[in-house]
Amino acid sequence: MTGSFTDIWVYLAADPLLALTMTLAAYLAGSWLYGRAGMNPFLNPVLLAVAMIAAVLLVTGTPYETYFDGAQFVHFLLGPATVALAIPLYRQFDRIRRSALAIAASIVTGSVTAAVSAVGIAALLGASPLTLASIAPKSVTAPVAMAVSEELGGAASLTAVLVILTGILGAMLGPPVLGLLGIRDAAAQGLALGTASHGIGTARAVQVSEVAGAFAGLAMGLNALATAILLPLLWRWLA
Amino acid sequence: MLGYLTLILCCQLAGELLVVATGLPVPGPVCGMVLLFAGLMTARRLPDQLAAVADTLLRHLSLLFVPAGVGLTLHLGVLERESVAISAALVASTVLTIVVTAAAMAGINRLRRRDPS
Repeated sequence: MTGSFTDIWVYLAADPLLALTMTLAAYLAGSWLYGRAGMNPFLNPVLLAVAMIAAVLLVTGTPYETYFDGAQFVHFLLGPATVALAIPLYRQFDRIRRSALAIAASIVTGSVTAAVSAVGIAALLGASPLTLASIAPKSVTAPVAMAVSEELGGAASLTAVLVILTGILGAMLGPPVLGLLGIRDAAAQGLALGTASHGIGTARAVQVSEVAGAFAGLAMGLNALATAILLPLLWRWLA
Repeated sequence: MLGYLTLILCCQLAGELLVVATGLPVPGPVCGMVLLFAGLMTARRLPDQLAAVADTLLRHLSLLFVPAGVGLTLHLGVLERESVAISAALVASTVLTIVVTAAAMAGINRLRRRDPS
């Protein structure tokens, strides 16, 4: 019985179907739980889906590479979805143009805050030099963060994980923190979410409002640019 | 619909090529976003079908991060060894960045409203 189950698992695990079905089902289950819990930020759907799939992989001893071979078809759509952020940007362009300088100033301030505070806190608590270099670009969208991390002497794959965790944290904590601060301006909400937590924060901002989504997408793009330029310069002073 | 999905892929492809050719420090898809945005500004209109494709992709944007997120299984060792430093840094720095960015934007806008010169 156990033998045949293992055989079926090994057979299915080699096919994209299982990884794709698992990814969608885990995300749907996560979204359902999130909705049932009255959108409790701690039951973030991405966090729940990642935890469920990671548990299945660990229990069955399936390597991440095997899972990703199938799940890469979902992962691939991140590219076109990023391009599609041009649409909310276009719809909100008038608002963006009116406060271009304020937007640029806020994003640069946020970009420096993100890197300096992450490295500072981790260093105080005794993180290794590899972790410090890997955590510095954590607020930036994964492809840029990975490239910057390597430039600083970090590990790109560790950075990818820290980037995703940061995104989930921003999506979880962002809206309640902004509520506590009494920030009701959708532009400021979007900029904060996009600068602190890139695409996952942007995905959360899209759910808050169209205006917040547009500003978050803009912030994600500009923060990627700002960090790629500023962080390597800042690093000489930080390290 | 299919035409506009193709257009989005073409923008991404052009973005990737542009990044490789110029060595710009941004990812290809972000460059593709700028290209599509420039196209919309030139055309000065947003076709309904393009908006529909984009809204469909963006409605489920969070889902698309799940496969990369599961990659944390590769780094359980470091995450466990340095769990205190990493979790404190991630939580505090993310909250601080959200507070500082939102406060900067709200603060600058308040100043501008007071002094509309």
